[in-house]
Amino acid sequence: MTDTAKKPIDEGTESRTQQVLRDIVSGNAILSVLAVVLALLVSAILIAATDKEVQAAAAYFFSRPFDTVAAIWNSVAGAYSALFQGAIYNFRRPGFADGIKPLMETLTFATPLIAAGLGVAIGFRVGLFNIGGRGQMLVAAAAAGWVAFGVPMPFPIHLIVAVIAGLVAGAIWGGIAGLLKARTGANEVIVTIMLNYVGLYLVSYLLRTKGLLQAPGSNNPKSPAMLPTAIFPPLFGPQYPLHWGFILAILATIVCWYLINRSSLGFQFRAVGENSNAARVAGINVKNVYVYAMLISGALVGLAGVAQVLGTVTSGFSEGIDAGIGFDAITVALLGRSRPVGVFFAGILFGALKAGGYSMQAGQGVPIDIILVVQSLIVLFIAAPPLVRAIFRLPKPGAAPRKLAVAEPTAMVSE
Amino acid sequence: MKLELRGITKRFGSLTANDHIDLVVQAGEIHGLLGENGAGKSTLMNVLYGLYQADEGEILLNDTVQHFAGPGDAMKAGIGMVHQHFMLIPVFTVAENVMLGHESTLPGGRLDLATARAKVREISARFGFDVDPDALVEDLPVGVQQRVEIIKALSRDARVLVFDEPTAVLTPQETDELMAVMRKLRDTGTSIVFITHKLREVREVADKITVIRLGKVVGQASPTASNTELASLMVGRAVDLTIDKSPAHPGAIALEVDHLSVIDHHNQLVVNDVSFDVHAGEVLAIAGVQGNGQTELTEALLGLQPKVTGTVSLDGTQLRGRSVRRILDAGVGFIPEDRTEDGLVAQFTIAENLMLDRSTQPPFVKGGRLQLEFLDDFAKEKIEEFDIRAQGIGSLVGTLSGGNQQKVVLARELSRELRLLVAAQPTRGLDVGSIEFVHTQIVAARDAGVPVIVVSTELDEVVALADRIAVMYRGAIVGIVPGDTPRDVLGLMMAGETSVEAGAHA
Repeated sequence: MTDTAKKPIDEGTESRTQQVLRDIVSGNAILSVLAVVLALLVSAILIAATDKEVQAAAAYFFSRPFDTVAAIWNSVAGAYSALFQGAIYNFRRPGFADGIKPLMETLTFATPLIAAGLGVAIGFRVGLFNIGGRGQMLVAAAAAGWVAFGVPMPFPIHLIVAVIAGLVAGAIWGGIAGLLKARTGANEVIVTIMLNYVGLYLVSYLLRTKGLLQAPGSNNPKSPAMLPTAIFPPLFGPQYPLHWGFILAILATIVCWYLINRSSLGFQFRAVGENSNAARVAGINVKNVYVYAMLISGALVGLAGVAQVLGTVTSGFSEGIDAGIGFDAITVALLGRSRPVGVFFAGILFGALKAGGYSMQAGQGVPIDIILVVQSLIVLFIAAPPLVRAIFRLPKPGAAPRKLAVAEPTAMVSE
Repeated sequence: MKLELRGITKRFGSLTANDHIDLVVQAGEIHGLLGENGAGKSTLMNVLYGLYQADEGEILLNDTVQHFAGPGDAMKAGIGMVHQHFMLIPVFTVAENVMLGHESTLPGGRLDLATARAKVREISARFGFDVDPDALVEDLPVGVQQRVEIIKALSRDARVLVFDEPTAVLTPQETDELMAVMRKLRDTGTSIVFITHKLREVREVADKITVIRLGKVVGQASPTASNTELASLMVGRAVDLTIDKSPAHPGAIALEVDHLSVIDHHNQLVVNDVSFDVHAGEVLAIAGVQGNGQTELTEALLGLQPKVTGTVSLDGTQLRGRSVRRILDAGVGFIPEDRTEDGLVAQFTIAENLMLDRSTQPPFVKGGRLQLEFLDDFAKEKIEEFDIRAQGIGSLVGTLSGGNQQKVVLARELSRELRLLVAAQPTRGLDVGSIEFVHTQIVAARDAGVPVIVVSTELDEVVALADRIAVMYRGAIVGIVPGDTPRDVLGLMMAGETSVEAGAHA
């Protein structure tokens, strides 16, 4: 019975999404970088086009064309330098300690993005679309938060227990989707999306209910502040927001790299992700792999939720604590080509866009929505590798004269 | 109609798939186009059909130069193609399929099905096809579906018909019928190009044979040429078509399959109460036309089918109901029918594919950690031993030729301690050289005392390898006969006659 339900998914719709995933995963780093460059270029056009001064100068373009060019330059250069100064280093501030603050901000934003991005990437490598980042983050944040404000313990133990509670909660929320897929053949895309809503309303209920997560003496759907014993200590002193969660993100990157590239489990993950049929015939238990992958994926996304409540927003959380990271993580994983190191840098780039976006808006009046446009364009260009290749005149993968590929084209034709 | 190709050249990047190919097909001639997979036969025909534009050269019909921008132009000029994989819509009727693409309509946009039906009947009558215009294509046997393809081409007044590997899906009897149809078409003046890599068929039906290798015409031959001559032309060196096989020395019964039945995921009984045994040091070939339950039978042996009844015991241990993992661990080696789909991970390296079915145990994995150094040494050794042509152990398997891919599968399976080898269609789609290699390896495994099951739809392969032959038809074994049973008897058994009816002495 389970198999009649499962077969068509495995062979029909699934193979299609898995095909797309495979294409995305097999793309190379250069394409990722070029996609970012292209996205920034196109956004530059938008920034210039929406700039009041550019519009004014363009009105008399034919009498003084140089004015328009100068205005465009000012507008784009201004916006991107504000982005840089808000994200990496602010030259206007006195001294290195102050100037580097934006980078610290960037890394703080990057921490949950890296963790959740790794979670989504692990799913991708197994051929699973984990769209359930929001639910997994919220549940993990609630679990970690409850331990952190409600169960007093001495310092390092309290923090460790809270982190573990969050990871386990995230793993369970992800694992439910994995289990349903393995046992009934349910499509993990639909299940994880639905679990987002279940998680959201569950946490929302807990936050509204006295004696559960709601702060005592308040009617707002918000938790109490975390106890100081369960908060990630600052990494470089209290003047910077960056906390030890970032170290956990680095560790998670290393662990994921090891898992995927060096461990037996990761080998099975990749085999299932690339060709689940061959994996099954080779004796790999594909159903178990789905469950393990979703458990690990959920735990990593859960780490993002943990970093939010125990590091970034320690004054108590509400149902918006996920801050859209669960979805941004999908983009981060795509941009990082689902490779742990790639995800790490993609996470930092997105952290930089977030951090820099605010100063771009404040300094240059460029709407922060432009950051969303940049992010969306990155996804668009990554999803369309042939387009990027055509623009930069890159060779097609496999078209390079490789000796062994010689038999390929005719072989394909004669199929 | 006379077809002439002059100096056709087609390049894909740095690869020249067709290199100045000249070909003349006279009106009323069956012209065999013989070559291995990847020799450029299909590319040439796609150029002729307008699917590809030639880089150089021209196509002439009755001595007039033609320019085809697409299949539409080719069809208009009178070229028809019967593809290897039928281009039919299963849920449409025969008449609907035949009119598809050039539908004529009645006033008000209604489809003129009556004309299409009449046309199907008329062509059927002319060539003695028994095709009902209102039958759904999906309900028709494969041989009849192929006739629908032929009718489709003829309904567009094709005067040149191209058959692309038409016998791959047919029983020997259906193949004979197809050949009769081809002769009838020839006698009405149609020119026929018959693309194949099967020597016997081309010798039987073709009036003239052109052999191509690596994109070039390497020779013309007459149908009187011997198999060995043709094969040597095809491969470019002397080929030994007979396998050096000493008589088997069967030992004790190793595998016993008893009353095995399989129900597939459509709830169809696909393997029906099958019983047989295999001795150590013996090759049991399972013959039969594609789709008679052989695939499901091998999958059941491997634990890949969920609904199986009966018993499978290997050296006394019950295999049925065990997981694939445990069946592999019991010493079963498996060469799957579809190597790209079930046997290999195209995006993995040769080395990674070599450890695919031992991904959890020593020697490749210790303490959950991949033993990459061991794997590298192992892969280098196997590349040498099995003569896998690749740049190195890090080459992606997807970039290898079919023959080399199959060698990777063989290397993986044969490097384990085997107590049973199940090889399903082990040489499908391979070139003659690789077929030789694979057969030699299978015989070597047999001689080492391993019981071997070879599933094949190619009679040549069955006859070459088998010590005993089990013939399957509609999920059941119609008979188990000795390895030297004549082909015509096997052919009749493949069509469902029992060994006694077919005249076998077993």
